Amino acid sequence: MKLITAIVKPFKLDDVREALSEIGVSGVTVTEVKGFGRQKGHTELYRGAEYVVDFLPKAKVEVAVADQLVGQAIEVITKAANTGKIGDGKIFVANLEQVVRIRTGETGDEAL
Amino acid sequence: MKHLLNSFILFALLGFAGFVFAEPAVVVTPSINKGDTAWMIVATVLVILMVIPGLALFYGGMVRAKNMLSILMQVFVIFSMMAILWAIYGYSVAFTEGNPFIGGLSKLFLIGITPDSMAATFSKGAYIPEYIYVAFQLTFAAITPALIIGAFAERVKFSAILIFMFIWFTFAYLPMAHMVWYWAGPDAYTDAAAGTTAGATAGFLFQKGALDFAGGTVVHINAGIAGLIGCLIVGKRIGYKKESLAPHSVTMTMIGASLLWVGWFGFNVGSNLEANGLSGLVFINTLLASAAATLAWSGAEWIIRGKPSMLGGASGAIAGLVAITPACGWAGPMGSIVLGLVAGIACFVAVTSLKSLLGYDDSLDAFGVHGVGGIIGALGTAVVASPALGGTGVWDYVANGVAEYSMSTQLISQAWGVGVCLVWSGVVSFIAFKLIDMVIGLRVSEEAEREGLDISEHGETAYHM
Repeated sequence: MKLITAIVKPFKLDDVREALSEIGVSGVTVTEVKGFGRQKGHTELYRGAEYVVDFLPKAKVEVAVADQLVGQAIEVITKAANTGKIGDGKIFVANLEQVVRIRTGETGDEAL
Repeated sequence: MKHLLNSFILFALLGFAGFVFAEPAVVVTPSINKGDTAWMIVATVLVILMVIPGLALFYGGMVRAKNMLSILMQVFVIFSMMAILWAIYGYSVAFTEGNPFIGGLSKLFLIGITPDSMAATFSKGAYIPEYIYVAFQLTFAAITPALIIGAFAERVKFSAILIFMFIWFTFAYLPMAHMVWYWAGPDAYTDAAAGTTAGATAGFLFQKGALDFAGGTVVHINAGIAGLIGCLIVGKRIGYKKESLAPHSVTMTMIGASLLWVGWFGFNVGSNLEANGLSGLVFINTLLASAAATLAWSGAEWIIRGKPSMLGGASGAIAGLVAITPACGWAGPMGSIVLGLVAGIACFVAVTSLKSLLGYDDSLDAFGVHGVGGIIGALGTAVVASPALGGTGVWDYVANGVAEYSMSTQLISQAWGVGVCLVWSGVVSFIAFKLIDMVIGLRVSEEAEREGLDISEHGETAYHM
């Protein structure tokens, strides 16, 4: 099992969720986050006082998938979140040791 | 309220051909008009709207979220405190006869005022109920101290602010109001001799001929300079120019600015004390100057900084309103537009460049907008009041006609008003701030400032999200 963490543009969130649903992913966790990458921030000006905003708002999507779905999941996220412009985000993939469904106690792939 | 020349006041009636000059003194019976009374009640309510919630939201939106309630609470409590002080001694000290600098104590606790008491307007024989006059003037006394807090927002103790306001109201606001606005009323000017006698009882700056229709000196320069002294003594906010001190809600600021704009019609038009033709002129002048200043500030910002901001638009409107305040009863509509344009650009430069250049942290630009805009308005009044430039000139209550107008003489009178206000309010503020700093301290602790005044001073949080 793998844990896929995707940082995407907030307005692409719906597209990503739909794309994941279509390939059979049954649950995701979404967090509003801030950060920066190559896009860097922007400056805001209030009555002559200039503030550099380093951290831009992004959506963080976390999804746990079975090994055989990983490639497909990465592919659909990449496609759905792509605008071709700087700041589209990143996808991180990490090994997932265990998953437990709290209600039933099921573990592993059964719990996904 | 208006203010006028020694024995003249301005009066409008622009375009009213066939003025009769030097009419013999007319015998008039003092009377109260229900229309004037109704208008003054509405005008008073409009000025209250400017303070709560107008000014509170205008300022509140510009601070960080952790200090939002401190601003709302400071404005709210200052308003209430000034209302009570006004009734106890403020009205008497400002608006009864005394010497040229300060009034008397004959109306302490509003003693002697009844529903039948009358207060003079600017027309012979026309009066309004004195209770309404007391209330209308109360709102001016209440908004002026509240304007000052913008200069040192986000770092001063609530207790220190209240003590300062008590001292400043007593020793700066009341004398200024008396010096600029107190006079015996038009009915005292029956002939030249009576005019001279009555003129000698008026306030110092009234006698100097300084014009201030609705409070350019008494309200705006007065508060602006107090704010500047305050932010210099208090010092900069922690993180000034290092951390983001950006406004937490320009939306709130826009709502506040709009309420101020609407309420300002009560402030300026109400200062005419009557509902007549001159009120119409004041209304259109107020509207046009603020619109012009909004365009000027936004345009200047667009050209110089690349983008026209909402905060800039809102600030421009207020700058225009401030500048037209002293002039609104004497300017013509086109003069008001020019005054608004000049004020919009000048205040933009003051808050975006001058402040950085001089390095003081006037958090919400109380001096940059009210001080600078007030000075431009006070001096500009001498220009736009000129009949040659579409102004009304100044009314002579003895001759019952428009007096001869000299722009240079008037400019000197206006400079007297500005100079006395800057020095008087500046000195009182300096002493008061220093005194409070020595006794209880002005600033909150560094820890409290970082945590935010909402929690450290008021024990609550503006937003739970």
